[in-house]
Amino acid sequence: MEAVYLGIVLSPLLAALIVGLGGRLISRPTAHWVTIIGVLASFLLSLLVLKDLIVDGAQVYNGTVYHWATIGNLSMEIGFLVDHLTALMVSVVTLISLAVHIYTIGYMKEDPGYQRFFSYISLFTFAMLMLVMSNNFLQLFFGWEAVGVVSYLLIGFWYKRQAAIFASLKAFLVNRVGDFGFLLGIAALLWATGSLDYKQVFDDAERLSGVSITVFSGVDWSILSLACICLFVGAMAKSAQMPLHIWLPDSMEGPTPISALIHAATMVTAGIFMVARMSPLFEFSETALSLILVIGATTAFFAGLLGIVQDDIKRVVAYSTVSQLGYMTVALGVSAYSAGIFHLATHAFFKALLFLAAGSVIMAMHHEQNIKKMGGLRRYMPITYWSALIGTLALIGFPGFSGFFSKDALIEAVHVSTAVSARYAYWCLLGGVFITALYSFRMFFLVFHGEARTELSGKKTPKESPIVMTVPLIILAVFSVVIGWPTIGPLLFGDFFADSLRVLDHHDVLGMVGTEFHGPTIFIAHSMMSSPVVYLAGAGSLTAWFFYLKRPDLRDLIKQRIRLLHHVLVNKYYFDYLNEVFLLPRVRQAANFLWHFGDENIIDGRLVNGSARTIASVSSVIRNMQSGYLYHYAFSMIIGLAVLVGWMVLRT
Amino acid sequence: MADLILAAPEIFLICAICVVLLTDVFLPADKTIVTYSLALLSLVGTAAMTAYFSVGETVIGFGGSFIADSAGSVLKTFAYLMVAICFLYSRDYLERAGLLRGEFFVLGLFGLLGIMVIISGHSLLTLYLGLELLSLSLYALVAFNRDSGICAEAAMKYFVLGAIASGTLLYGISFLYGVTGTVELQALGQYFREPDALSLPLLLGLTFIIVGIAFKFGAVPFHMWLPDVYQGAPTPVTLYVGSAPKIAAFALTWRVLADGLLGLHESWADMLAVLAILSLGIGSIVAIAQSNLKRMLAYSTISHVGFILMGFIAGTEDGLRASMFYTLTYVIMAAGAFGMIILLSRRGFEAENLEDFKGLNARNPWFAFVMLMIMFSMAGVPPFVGFYAKVVVLESLLATDMFWLAGSAVFFTVIGAFYYLRVVWYMYFVDPLNEESLEAATDFRVVLSVNGLALLVLGIFPGVLLNLCARVLS
Repeated sequence: MEAVYLGIVLSPLLAALIVGLGGRLISRPTAHWVTIIGVLASFLLSLLVLKDLIVDGAQVYNGTVYHWATIGNLSMEIGFLVDHLTALMVSVVTLISLAVHIYTIGYMKEDPGYQRFFSYISLFTFAMLMLVMSNNFLQLFFGWEAVGVVSYLLIGFWYKRQAAIFASLKAFLVNRVGDFGFLLGIAALLWATGSLDYKQVFDDAERLSGVSITVFSGVDWSILSLACICLFVGAMAKSAQMPLHIWLPDSMEGPTPISALIHAATMVTAGIFMVARMSPLFEFSETALSLILVIGATTAFFAGLLGIVQDDIKRVVAYSTVSQLGYMTVALGVSAYSAGIFHLATHAFFKALLFLAAGSVIMAMHHEQNIKKMGGLRRYMPITYWSALIGTLALIGFPGFSGFFSKDALIEAVHVSTAVSARYAYWCLLGGVFITALYSFRMFFLVFHGEARTELSGKKTPKESPIVMTVPLIILAVFSVVIGWPTIGPLLFGDFFADSLRVLDHHDVLGMVGTEFHGPTIFIAHSMMSSPVVYLAGAGSLTAWFFYLKRPDLRDLIKQRIRLLHHVLVNKYYFDYLNEVFLLPRVRQAANFLWHFGDENIIDGRLVNGSARTIASVSSVIRNMQSGYLYHYAFSMIIGLAVLVGWMVLRT
Repeated sequence: MADLILAAPEIFLICAICVVLLTDVFLPADKTIVTYSLALLSLVGTAAMTAYFSVGETVIGFGGSFIADSAGSVLKTFAYLMVAICFLYSRDYLERAGLLRGEFFVLGLFGLLGIMVIISGHSLLTLYLGLELLSLSLYALVAFNRDSGICAEAAMKYFVLGAIASGTLLYGISFLYGVTGTVELQALGQYFREPDALSLPLLLGLTFIIVGIAFKFGAVPFHMWLPDVYQGAPTPVTLYVGSAPKIAAFALTWRVLADGLLGLHESWADMLAVLAILSLGIGSIVAIAQSNLKRMLAYSTISHVGFILMGFIAGTEDGLRASMFYTLTYVIMAAGAFGMIILLSRRGFEAENLEDFKGLNARNPWFAFVMLMIMFSMAGVPPFVGFYAKVVVLESLLATDMFWLAGSAVFFTVIGAFYYLRVVWYMYFVDPLNEESLEAATDFRVVLSVNGLALLVLGIFPGVLLNLCARVLS
């Protein structure tokens, strides 16, 4: 199987290298054929791995394929850990990537950077696969940074746009903050266990939970909590949790296919995946779990609110992504890791679907992204309309759609949890359900229903997108509808993740929910009867219908009433403002100080040039001893001899 | 008769020298090329003799004053190679400078004979004889360009200071003989195996001998002759002085200190440590202030000598191996560096200033790269062989817990990197002073290229030469 694992990882890399380095030898068709075949191979192989694990009951693979270096006792390796969690992630990643590859043929048809784009998204697939298949922290970090780099390249793909450059830089810098924490977390684990290998670190987790280190004198922290919190800081940046979420909405400056692939379906879920993968560590740190719970709940609710006031079609979906990532984070916080991963998987399908549908709309509207200028598109693009509807229903959790199963189970798990902030999280999530439905249908109605708000005739008549774009939409729509039915049982309440995730007995909230689980149909009925979730979603949708289709005139009135709140929301809680006004000047001052004083004065001035000047002056003094006079030379020899003789005599 | 076979290469060489000398006398002045060819032929012949008669085991002959062993054979072979390279590089230059005379080759061969005698010397007197033979040839070589004042001055200084050093060495030997009653290294080694053999006269003798050795190496504070001689002598002579005799100096130190006087290790190691640190320091620092490349290379030699001495200080087999490796690789680097100076020189113009290397990359990228390899190797930048040479020496020091020695060696290496890199900077980042292309014979170009590439190849496969050193020394 080792060859299969290598094949999964290397075929996208190979494709990316061929297309990326091939230059003019690679025509447009070659570019998309090579990369699509690479990703397709990867996808088929990952299905093989999935079948191998599920049907044939193969053993979990944990092995090293390449020994890179040894430093002291530290062994640096490239290895794979292939269990059910990995297999699921790999399948989801490659499937979405495949859909996006195909979609891109249509979406980027006119772009001069066609080959470059395909090379990048294949490279991204490789990096993401390295990340999820890793069996050690070093490779995880490599994948983590590599997806970050490709994300940076793709956000700034249209490098002539000022906004795109700014957004890519912002994404990169915010992620640096997270990476710093992530690296510290890895370093803490390395320091405490002496190993970078998952298995060795995980086996050590129970012992570590009792070990504490002195951070400052008098302040003792559990080393495990410290490491877990640091790791989670990394996850916060990558998975856009407040307050490090600010880069994700801006990242929408990139082309839409990558918004779907990277900034909705896969890369941003890396943080969720990482925490789930580290569940044997996080389980032993109540502190870290509580922090995760609070951050996730806050993000789920407050990011959703922002979605209501956005007018850019992609930004609405982006804030929805941030909010849904918050849901997943909450699941991690109450130790319902499998619920988090389940939501990750279903979300990947319907969010990719929504983004691709949005891309289709943007194409039809000739790169107009403002939903206030759209409307009535239902008539012109039926396939996009229906797939967007399916995506929206899945997102808000309409009974029977994939999002319903994952979200409902997740909220139920939080409901029964006894964790410290579980109450707070529960109310945040319930509020989030209402808001999700509100902003989703707001966008849906504004785009597809009602009257067209701009001229849509003549040359500007919107057309349905070409088949290479609608086929991925249909595939993803099908998955968004059906994927929940067969998977909820084994994933959440069965033992699918038995060997991948670790949950302590007193944390096992899903086990409690699971006692009442008797198949998907009964699950739907049960939740209709006992949980407010479905009704909240319905209420949100109705509200959207009322204000955006029935009585649009009331909107201004309400806006007047809640002017202050509206102002706060439009300004995105002033996060960017605070950063720019308070943080950035300080950072700039500090940087200037370090540059002028630390670098120029101390390091360059004193240490580097200063020592060089000293040596140069010493040098010119000593060279004067070389006077050229023979008797000086002879004298120095005699002196040398005399000193040596004297030294020897004195020693005896 | 068995003894004579041990010395077969030496005997062959002296016969060959007589033939070369006599031929040269009867040749017209414009046929010196014949002398040159004959000299190269004698080198090939001597190498063949060495290979043919090398016994593979250690044999001591001539009543204990002569030794033939495989380490000696390797050192000698390298010496032949260096002298051959020196002749090759020199011919063109000498011809252009009007100095192409048979004496150059004859003296060079005599010097080589001295080197061989030192390498095979197994009594203090044999070693002294070899040393004098080498030194006298070198004095004459330095003064080779009779009409040049600076040459004569350099030769004069060298001769006077060399005489003092020889006297010192001989005086030290007499002390040893007085106490121990022998000059044979084997007997001396035997003597020092007794406990309580240490006495003041012995220490005095040792000190004088070390001064003599330090002078040969050019270790501080007995280095004063070195910059003046390097600068004053014609570049081919500098090349000669800077390469093969270093092998002899290594052999001398090895035979006398690390072999014969190993019992006094503690005493001489301390002295060598002081000399090594001083050499490294003065060599690295003063080289920075030089604008003359030959002079800069002289100081660079002094700092490299510090490294070679450091290998001896450890007193272990690893240290000895490191010293030998360092010496052999250093002479290759030095030959290349002076070869480059010769390459850049033209009729009536010595390209001996740093400035002459400005913009070399624009004039001839390949030889700029060769010089870059040489400079990087001297500075100790991986993957060039100079890096490994430094590493093995430092390893031998660390293995014997001499941390401060190793630390200061690294410190001075960092300082030294400056002036090597300055040459690279001149070649690649400064505009050339003149755009003239380089002219040189094909054989010269080829050998110089191989010389530079050898640094890279040896750097990538340092194990080959390292293992050879380890094998022949054990």
